[in-house]
Amino acid sequence: MSAIQPPEHRIWWKQPVEPLEITWIVVAFIWCIFMFLMMPYWHVFGKQNLANEAYRTTPEAYTTKTQAMVDKHKVREEKFKVGEAELTIPVVRPPAGSDVYLIARLWQWWPMLELESGQTYRLHLMSMDWLHGFSLQPENINIEVHPGYEHILTVQPTTPGTYSIVCNEYCGINHHTMASKLYVVAKK
Amino acid sequence: MAINRMFRTCPMTGLRVHESAEALIKANAVAAVVFLLLGGILALLVALTRWQAVHLLPPDWFYLVLTGHGLDMLVFWIIFFEIAVLYFASSILLGCRLAAPRLAWFAFFLMLAGGIINNYAVFRGDSSVMFTSYAPMGAHPTFYLGLILFAVGALIACFVFFGTLVVGKAEHTYNGSVPLVTFGAVTAAIIAVFTIATGAIILIPTFLWSVGLVDHIDSLMYRTVWWAFGHSSQQINVAAHVSVWYAVAAIVFGAKPMSEKVSRGAFLLYILFLQLASAHHLLADPGLTSNWKIFNTSYAMYLAVLASMVHGLTVPGSIEVAQRRKGYTKGLFEWLRKAPWGNPVFSGMFMSLLGFGFLGGISGVIMGTEQLNLIIHNTIYVPGHFHATVVIGTTLAFMAVTYFVIPAIFRREVSFPKIAQWQPYVFGIGMTMLAVFMMGAGTLGVPRRHWDITFAGNALGYEFPGTAHLMMGLMGIGGVIAVVGGAMYLLVVVHSVFLGRRIETPGFQRVRVVEGMAPIPVPQPAGAAPQAHGGAQAWGAPGTFALAMVFLVSFVLYYFINWKYLATVWPLK
Repeated sequence: MSAIQPPEHRIWWKQPVEPLEITWIVVAFIWCIFMFLMMPYWHVFGKQNLANEAYRTTPEAYTTKTQAMVDKHKVREEKFKVGEAELTIPVVRPPAGSDVYLIARLWQWWPMLELESGQTYRLHLMSMDWLHGFSLQPENINIEVHPGYEHILTVQPTTPGTYSIVCNEYCGINHHTMASKLYVVAKK
Repeated sequence: MAINRMFRTCPMTGLRVHESAEALIKANAVAAVVFLLLGGILALLVALTRWQAVHLLPPDWFYLVLTGHGLDMLVFWIIFFEIAVLYFASSILLGCRLAAPRLAWFAFFLMLAGGIINNYAVFRGDSSVMFTSYAPMGAHPTFYLGLILFAVGALIACFVFFGTLVVGKAEHTYNGSVPLVTFGAVTAAIIAVFTIATGAIILIPTFLWSVGLVDHIDSLMYRTVWWAFGHSSQQINVAAHVSVWYAVAAIVFGAKPMSEKVSRGAFLLYILFLQLASAHHLLADPGLTSNWKIFNTSYAMYLAVLASMVHGLTVPGSIEVAQRRKGYTKGLFEWLRKAPWGNPVFSGMFMSLLGFGFLGGISGVIMGTEQLNLIIHNTIYVPGHFHATVVIGTTLAFMAVTYFVIPAIFRREVSFPKIAQWQPYVFGIGMTMLAVFMMGAGTLGVPRRHWDITFAGNALGYEFPGTAHLMMGLMGIGGVIAVVGGAMYLLVVVHSVFLGRRIETPGFQRVRVVEGMAPIPVPQPAGAAPQAHGGAQAWGAPGTFALAMVFLVSFVLYYFINWKYLATVWPLK
C-alpha cells in the first residue's frame, strides 16, 4: 500500500513507528528546542537585540524634534550631487548618550549624523511617507522604518569611519537613489 | 441536472479517472503553465538587470517587471497548479467523481479573470508596488481587484476539493482512511482557506482605500495582516510539494510510507503551527515586542520546522526501503546510486527535496531567528532563501510530477525525452546557483528590489565590495541557466500536450459508474498484532539516516556561523 492508496491498516494510528524515525524525531526536536532557547539567551547575554521601544506619532511632531536637534548640534553642511540635483545636507554631532533623530522620506535620509565610537546613542527612526528600510553598511544592520511609528534603538558605534545608510525597502521609482552617510569619529 | 459519472481506467496506474476531473486538471495545469511562461520571461529580464554588467532595463521597467514576476510566479503559476493537484489528490486518488464540476469551472474562470486583471494593472505601469504592495504605497484599484477575484476562485476550488472528499466517503469509493497524499492535500487546502480568509481581511480594505472609500491604512497593520496571507500562501506550497514528493515516491518506486502515523502527524503540525511563521517578516519592525516575535517566529518552538525535518527523512527513507527490497542493499547508498536518475519524475523530485532542505530550509530558519534577522532583513539573502524553497522546492517538484501527468492525464507521450531528461538538472543547477549567490551577496548587505547597487552618479551612494558584484554576476548567470531550464520544460510540456503522440489504449472506453466500487476490505482478525511497519527490519533506511545527520551537522554549523557574524556588528538594544 503506497502513499497514493489508503493505508494498509484501517487503524493506522496504532501501528508501531520505526525506531529510525523515533530517533530522528527526538534528535530534531532537541535541536528545535535549542534554537528556541537561543533567542532568549541572546537577549540576556548577547549584545545585538532590537529594543521594544516605539511610539505612535505624527510626521509634524517628529520633524519638529529632528529640527530642534539639527538647530542645536549642527557642525557643518555638506553638498552632494545626486543625479542632476545638488543637495545640501546638515551634519549633526549630538552629544554622547543623547537622543538622535533620523528622518526617512522620499528619497532621502535627513540629516547626516556624526557619532563618536564607543559611545551609546538613542537613535530614533521614522518615515514621513511610505515604508523605508534602514540598512547600515558595511555593518549590515537592517531595520524596517514605518510612517507613524517612532522606533528607538540604543546603538553603540564601534570603529571610526564613514558608513553608508542605504534604503532597502522598495519605496518607488527613485528607491535606488536613497542613500546617505553616517560618520563615526574617534572619541576626543 | 445530471451528474457526470463517466470514468476511464488509466492503463498506466490502474487509477479510475473521472471525466470532469480530468478536464479541470488539464485546464488548471495549462493556465498554470501559461503564467509560468509569462513569469519566466519577466524572470529573465529581472536577472539580466540585477546582473550589473548587463543592467538591461531602465528603473521604471525594472520595478514593473519585478512586480509582475513575483505575482505571476508566486500566485498564478503555483496556485493554478495546486488546484490541479487538489483535484488529482481527491477525485483521482479516491476514484470518485469530482463534486460540482460546474462550480469548479466557475472557480477556474474567476481565477483566470483575476490573473488577467491583475496583470493588466501591473502592465498599465502605475502599479509597480511589488508582490507585497505595502500600503501606504498604492496601486491601481484593479491590482487589488484582480487578486481578490483570483482568491475567491481559489477558495471555491478548495471547497470543491472538500466536497469531493465527502463524495468519495459517501459513495464508498475507497476503504478506510484517505491515502497519505490526499491527506497532505487536505493539509494544503485547510491552510489555503486560512490564507485566503486573511487575504480578504487585508486586500478588501486596501481595495476600498484605493478607490477612496477608506481613508487610512496603517503600515504596520498592513504588514502584519498581509504576511499572515503572504507567508501562509507559501505554506500551501510546502504542504502541496511534500504531498507531491510522497506521490512521486509511490509512483516511481511503489514506496510506502515508513509509518503513516509519523507522516500524517507531521502534516498536522503544519496546520497547527505554520501560520505563526508569518511573524518572521516583522522581526525588524517597531511596535511588536520581543516576546511576541520569539514565540511566533519559532513557530511555537519550531514545531513546523520539525515537521519538515520529519518529511525530509521519511520521503527518502521510504524510497530507500523500497529500493532495498528490490535488492539494492550494498553499503549505505547503493539504493540511491541505482535510483532512476534518468527519469525526470524522480530526478526533479529528489533535487527538490535536497534544495528545499539544505538551502531553503536552513536559510529560512536562520533568517527567521529574531536577532539574526537584523543582518539579513530585506537584503537579497531573502529572495535567495525563497527561490530555494519556492522554486527549487515547489516549482521543481511540480515540474517533475508534470512528466507523470502528461501520460497519465493528457494521455500523450512526453515529447523530446532527451530534453525532458536533462531539464530538471539544468533548471535545478541554475536555480541553486541563483539562490546560493543571492544569499552570498545578501550577507554582504546587497539590498533586494534595488535597481542599481553601483549608485551611478550618486555622490551619497555606497560602494559595495567587489565580491558582492561578482556574486551578483554569478547570480545572473545562474538565473539565465535556470531560465533555459524553464524554457526546456515549457518546450517539452507544450509540445507534448498539443502535438505529442497520443497514447492509444486498445479497448479504451469510458464507463458509467453509478456507485462506488471499493474492494471489500480484507478482514483483520480482532486484536491482530500490529506489524513492524514500512521496512521489514527495524533499521530499514540507514543511508537516509546518514544523510539526515549530514543535514543536521550543516544546519548546526551554519547556525553558529551566523551568530558569530552577528556578534561582530554594533551593539544594539
